[in-house]
Amino acid sequence: MRIANYADLRANSCALRRLAGRRFFALLSGLVVTLAPALARAEYRMNLAAPATGLAKEVYDLHNLIVWICFAIFVVVFVPMVVALVYHRKSTGHQPSAFRDNHKVEIIWTVIPALILVGMAWPATRLVIAMKDTSKEELTVKVTGLQWKWEYEYLGDDIRFMSNMSTPQEQIAGTQAKGEHYLLEVDRPLVVPTGRKIRLVLTASDVIHSWWVPALGVKQDAIPGFIRDTWFTVDKPGTYRGQCAELCGIGHGFMPTVVKALAPDEFAAWRAEQKVAMAAAVAVPGKIYNMAELKTIGEKVYTTNCLACHQASGAGMPPAFPPLLGSKIIKGDKAGHIDMVVHGKPGTAMAAFGKQLSDLDIAAVVTYERNHWTNAIGDVVQPDEVATRRK
Amino acid sequence: MYTATAPDAAAGDAHAHEHAPAGVMRWLTSTNHKDIGTLYLWFSLFMFFFAGGLAMLIRAELFQPGLQLFQPNVFNQLTTMHGLIMIFGAIMPALVGFANWQIPLMIGASDMAFPRLNNWSFWLLPAAGILLISTFFVPGGAIAGGWTMYPPLYIQGGIAYDITILAVHILGISSIMGAINIITTVLNMRAPGMTPMKMPLFVWTWLITAFLLVAVMPVLASAITMLLTDRHFGTHFFDAAGGGDAVMFQHLFWFFGHPEVYIMILPAFGIVSTIIPTFARKPLFGYASMVYAVASIAFLSFIVWAHHMFSTGMPVGGQLFFMYTTMLIAVPTGVKVFNWVATLWRGSISFETPMLFALAFVILFAIGGFSGVVLALVPVDIQLQDTYYVVAHFHYVLFSGSAMAIMGGVYYWLPKWTGHLYDEKLGKLHFWLTSIAFNITFFPMHFLGLAGMPRRIPDYALQFADFNMIASVGGFLLGAGQLLFLYIVVKCVRGGAPAGDRPWEGADTLEWTQTSPPPYHSFVTPPLVR
Repeated sequence: MRIANYADLRANSCALRRLAGRRFFALLSGLVVTLAPALARAEYRMNLAAPATGLAKEVYDLHNLIVWICFAIFVVVFVPMVVALVYHRKSTGHQPSAFRDNHKVEIIWTVIPALILVGMAWPATRLVIAMKDTSKEELTVKVTGLQWKWEYEYLGDDIRFMSNMSTPQEQIAGTQAKGEHYLLEVDRPLVVPTGRKIRLVLTASDVIHSWWVPALGVKQDAIPGFIRDTWFTVDKPGTYRGQCAELCGIGHGFMPTVVKALAPDEFAAWRAEQKVAMAAAVAVPGKIYNMAELKTIGEKVYTTNCLACHQASGAGMPPAFPPLLGSKIIKGDKAGHIDMVVHGKPGTAMAAFGKQLSDLDIAAVVTYERNHWTNAIGDVVQPDEVATRRK
Repeated sequence: MYTATAPDAAAGDAHAHEHAPAGVMRWLTSTNHKDIGTLYLWFSLFMFFFAGGLAMLIRAELFQPGLQLFQPNVFNQLTTMHGLIMIFGAIMPALVGFANWQIPLMIGASDMAFPRLNNWSFWLLPAAGILLISTFFVPGGAIAGGWTMYPPLYIQGGIAYDITILAVHILGISSIMGAINIITTVLNMRAPGMTPMKMPLFVWTWLITAFLLVAVMPVLASAITMLLTDRHFGTHFFDAAGGGDAVMFQHLFWFFGHPEVYIMILPAFGIVSTIIPTFARKPLFGYASMVYAVASIAFLSFIVWAHHMFSTGMPVGGQLFFMYTTMLIAVPTGVKVFNWVATLWRGSISFETPMLFALAFVILFAIGGFSGVVLALVPVDIQLQDTYYVVAHFHYVLFSGSAMAIMGGVYYWLPKWTGHLYDEKLGKLHFWLTSIAFNITFFPMHFLGLAGMPRRIPDYALQFADFNMIASVGGFLLGAGQLLFLYIVVKCVRGGAPAGDRPWEGADTLEWTQTSPPPYHSFVTPPLVR
């Protein structure tokens, strides 16, 4: 691939250079000097991600094969063109011939490309059929795309969690050095066992998203109201990173897709641990939280779920994303505020967070919003109050 | 190939400006195909710079990782409007401008078939253009969901989304009227003796393009009308909660969208097929197979649309069908490229600016064609869908394809349109700047897409930083180079060495039998084509 593309460029610039002579060469070297610093220190990946599944490997090989075929055709077609441009020019006194067609040649160059295409289609067809075969799965995970995070639900296991980008806002704004996995890190990755056929069933709750991990060779749109499925089997333990691939609003660039593959026994341990944790995560019934506790939890919930639209300053981006500073709803009673968070506002980008967040999380974020920035309502919301508003 | 046996230049001169009002009214009320062609071309040049300016802002934000200049919602507005305006405001009107100027001249007609309709189809454009640009200043800003306008994201937006629907409707009406005018003109107003298979290839490509426009613009209009009613009138065409399907919009959109791609490239084929024989001083090789190739590409364009949607997850039969039909397009496209090369073979080639653009078109468009074949293969497309690889691919076919063919065409016909020769030195400089900067900008995007960078993101992971910086540097060069184009065109319009009737010795179509600039009413007596 690397060679192919460089050679492409070279074939090109060869033809071009002869056309323009020295002036072009001077211009080109000027450009090279300008770009040299960037070129010199680069760590360039010029091909598909290193495959981590059998299918991704086959896609990788198919792509390489096709690029080489294209490169060969490119040479066969454009070498004669370059020859003509060099030798059949007016300035060398070449006289034009007058031929205007040749049926034999025309038939040949219609049929041969068609045959080459059949040759390309054959391996591709096999691969398409394999990619679409989601039968005989050993683990099924339901993936839901939300603006702007993924929810993973291990069907039949009662394990369910959100996966949010964990890159701090400071790194995006440039006030903090960017980490190694900038924008490609999440708080909780999808955890799967190696060597098992994992089937994903995908849907979305608001707009279309697309779940994509290049190393796994999987990209599947998540479409609201419909279920789609896809599959993969990871060869080796490791962390594989990708991003949402379908424009889904302002947080589209900040919606990583991270898969952590564990050896089967480690996965079994993780699974058992999660079941215990899920049971424990239910808020302690009857516990009364104080303002400081709620605001601490609330700040985290706000950063992951609210900040993209309503901003760190609470100023929002009106009119699509209204400010929370001095907002009417926040100044109003608690019930209205809780309702807005739980049920959302249909027809706007304000999602219904009732299904995504626990009573405690909602109580905390509402308390936080009522008592942060210049908002100082002074009241606290308990999880029980949220539970009553859910009905 | 064509000779006018009864040149009517003198008769034309006598009529020059006879009925035309002066000043602004000349342009507002003009029914003259040349004036209207000029208006189309200036309009598209303005929109080209506007949308190109948006591209400069995009490249500035992507110069390095992190959010520096724009918040994501503004960035999404920039990418969306760049695409929408380039397609509907720059490329399409430019090609219609060529059609207006050239079709009557090339078929020996005195004007377009429906001159008043022609006036109306142009003057709708500024209205739509003003509406589109105004959306940047309405509350919430311009549309930010991509030029493809996919619901449900499109349903979430503000007033700009409704204004854009209205503007696209207006653009669609203008396109349909223009297309009807072109079809009628070509079918009915050819000079005596010009049988269909004697028409210049440019006329053929536009005739077929016009049929595509008439066929698919109403589909776009219906799709966006459904969006509008979903937004405001309680329908649920694309809302699963009410029994609709968001993916249905994608089917409708791409049933329009794929032929639309060919609407933007077929006339460019026509321009290149006119330029190459002129400067190779040799007739176009395989004229008949060129016509058949254009017709088959147009036909195939109706049955490939879902290749834009492989990752939506359609049944295996659907994926295979659309993969095969898409791959088939490579056959007629290949025929065209082979024919261009064969036209050059054993010619007597010279390298004036239009020829340079046409040659670059053949090579760079072929690269775009190859990446198209790569994308046609479903398993590979699954990896590349919605990545920068796609961005690279469609800029190779739309910028080094359509836009560079348009520039080549402008240089080719400027002497005819203005009566002056353009500055050949500057023209060549513009060519080299454009083609080199273009490749610096867009070639690295193939690698970005392969390595996994999604398109339409305002910020990116660190491994993509170097290629993005290279692309941005190339982008700024490319943008700056176009200012030179503007300068050359203005300079040529204002003056220059007289062009004479036929500045290109190898040119043999009918427009070169007219004076430069042609009389206000050309071919008052139709020429006889032998």
